[in-house]
This record gives sequence, C-alpha cells and structure tokens, in this order.
Amino acid sequence: MRFLSKAVAITCKDVLSEVRARETIPSVLIFAVLVIVIFNFAFGAGPEQMKLVVPGILWTTFVFAGMLSLNRTFIQEKEQGCLEALMICPVKRQDIYIGKTLANFIFLTVIEAISLPIFVILFNLPIIVLPKLIVITILATIGFISVGTLFAALSVNTKAREMVLPILFLPVVVPVILSAVEASALALTGESWSSMASWLQIIAAFDVIFMVVSYLIFEYVIEE
Amino acid sequence: MKTSHIVKLSLLALSAVLIIFAHYLVFLYVPTEAVMGIVQRIFYIMVPVGWLAMLSTFVLFIASIYYLKTRKGSWDAVAYSAVEIGLVFTTLTLLTGILWAKPAWGVWWTWEPRLTATLVLWLILLACLMVRTTATDPSRGSAFAAVVGIVAFVDVPIIGMSTTLWRGIHPGGIILDGGLAPPMLLTLLVSLAAFTALYALILIIRIAVKNDQMTIDKLKTLRG
Repeated sequence: MRFLSKAVAITCKDVLSEVRARETIPSVLIFAVLVIVIFNFAFGAGPEQMKLVVPGILWTTFVFAGMLSLNRTFIQEKEQGCLEALMICPVKRQDIYIGKTLANFIFLTVIEAISLPIFVILFNLPIIVLPKLIVITILATIGFISVGTLFAALSVNTKAREMVLPILFLPVVVPVILSAVEASALALTGESWSSMASWLQIIAAFDVIFMVVSYLIFEYVIEE
Repeated sequence: MKTSHIVKLSLLALSAVLIIFAHYLVFLYVPTEAVMGIVQRIFYIMVPVGWLAMLSTFVLFIASIYYLKTRKGSWDAVAYSAVEIGLVFTTLTLLTGILWAKPAWGVWWTWEPRLTATLVLWLILLACLMVRTTATDPSRGSAFAAVVGIVAFVDVPIIGMSTTLWRGIHPGGIILDGGLAPPMLLTLLVSLAAFTALYALILIIRIAVKNDQMTIDKLKTLRG
C-alpha cells in the first residue's frame, strides 16, 4: 500500500493546485459548452435528425475537452519545473504515472459531470438515459486518461508540445470513441444494457490493457 | 564475400524468382473468380501487402521493447526501418483496397472494418515516424518512437475488434475456413512467400543504411 500513498500524494498536489489556481477545469468547461453550442449550429436540423448526431457531438466534445485538460496538467508541471522536482523525489516513475492518471481522471470526471447535464438540457434528452450514459462515460474516461497521461507526458517533452498529443492520442483511442458513440446511441434509443454489452466490453478491455501497458512504459517518456 | 552479402544476394534471387512465379500464377494460372471477375486477382497482391503491414508492426513492437530494455542503437535502427517499411506497405494495402472496392462495391472508399482498421494503423505509424522529429534530441526521439511503437501493436487487435463489431461487409474468414479453391490458395501462398522474402531483403538493406547513417552522425560529432 505504501506505493499507492505516494501516488495519492501526487494526485492531492494536483487537485490542491487546481482548487487554488482554478486554471484547468473552468476554461475546459467553457470550451466544452462552446463546442456543444457550435455543433448545434453546425447540425442545426430538426429534432429528429438531431437524435442521430447527438452521440457523435457528445463524444467529440469529451475527446476535445479531454485533450485540452491532459495537455494542461503536464504543461503546468513543465513550466514551473515541477516535473524535474518530481523526478528527483524518491518515488518510482510508475507512482508518478498513477498519481497523474488519478488527477487527470478526477479533472476529466468533474468536467464531464458538469457538462453532461448541460448537454441533456440543450438537446432535450430523456433523463432516464443518464445512468447508462454515466457508466459509458466513466469507462471511456478511464480509457482516455490511461493512454492520454502517457502521451501527454511524452508530448510535453517535445518541441511542438501541445501539437503532438492529438496526433498520437486520437488514432490510438479510436476503439474507445467508436464504442462509446455506438453504446451512447443505443442508450439514447432506449435499448437495454445487454445490447450495449459488447461495446462496453471493448472499452473495458482497452482500459485494462492500456492501464498495464502505460504503467510499464511510462518511465521511458519522462526520463532525463 | 561477406556473409551479409550472401544473405542479401540469396534473398534478392529468391524474391525475384518467387515474384515472377507469383505473377505467372496470378495472371495465367489461377482461374477467374466467378462473381467478381477479373478484378478479384488484386486479392493476391492485397493480402500479402496487408500481411507485411502487420508483420512490420510486429517487428516494430519487438524492436521497440528491446530498444527500451537495452538502449542499443542497432535495435533503434530496426524499429525505425520497420516503421518506414510498414508505412509503405500500409499505404499499398489502402491503395489496393481502394482499387478493389470501386469495382467490387461500387465506391472508392467505404468505412468497412478492415479498411478502417488499416487506415487507423496507418495514422498511428505515421505518428510513430513523426514523433522522432519533434524530440529535442535524437535519443529521446528514439525512446518516444519505441513507446508509440509498443502502443501501436497493442492497439491493433482492439481496433480490429471494434471496427468489426461496428460494421462488416468483408468476406469473413474465407481463407482460414478453407473456402478458397486449391489453385487460388496456392497462388496466394506463393504470393505471400514472395512478398515476405522481399520484405526481409528490404528490411535488411534499410537497417544497414540506417546503421551507416548513425555511424556517420557519430563520426561527425566526434570531429565537432
């Protein structure tokens, strides 16, 4: 359990600095709402056509917001020289990965927890679908942050910084986006849990596999 | 003559003979497929190049693991060559897929599972090649590329699973089910052997060139 306490300490540091500075979550939230509004204009069709594009809009919003937030948490570390300090600390590189992943998970979940109700209101979705959407969102978020934390740590150490993350992140999370969109579409048409099961299984498999793989190779992206 | 020359020359001879033989089989020996007609012959090129795209991703995966473990430049040269050649064969798979889709399905492009999965693999390999150039120094770039290389290979089965569940119009497991007529199977196997020999030859030459490049770079830095 000792290694987890070190990771949690890193998470607490991130959460505390976010609570005090309020740099990431408010701006990403505003961005998410803007994306929803702009998509509404882009597909400004009748309510029937809107039903078809709603899952796509939801997940494009979450993916974009996720990338913004992932980039932010590592750029801050780099600018303040905190990443170097973390590496001098007597903690394993894997602990840093777990700590940062947990922090990213908390940030992204907060952002999604606030933007999901806004989404439900703006698109007049039935409230009954919320439990299903929440399960899909949590599963997909774990997938995003597992590989996203790895790639964010990688891209912050490159010359192009925030440009590199989308190029690496988007193709790799294609299975998660695809499955989340399909599962959400099923949820919105009132299908049962069992009809979404195979999609949720793919996301869960992605989550487990990339948690392990990222945990194992994280140390190679932040070494000096 | 050095052993490496003998290996290269024999591979050259082997692949040349096999490719000429494969062309004889494809154009003169194998019967025309009943439903799709003459265009089905592209199958004997598309399957081997698709196989090489996969094989190259596997070579990349192994070389990336060994590079991260040993930090030897020679493994990096293998990983680099595998990405480059893999990208060429993935492009060829997409192009032959497009050429075949037009007469067979009436469209240039369709979001068919294997085409989609190949496109995603192409994008990940491209990112893997690109991430080297964005790193602040070459050894970091190699480590980053190795990390992306490992992620790429692990992601392929998940991408395949999700796109297959998404939509499928491809003739499924016809090759493995034994649904292929014996002359067609023979042609395919010869073509596979021919392309694999060619791949081994290209890979060996590319690795040698990359190693020479690295030696020259090292000498240049020594000279100042």
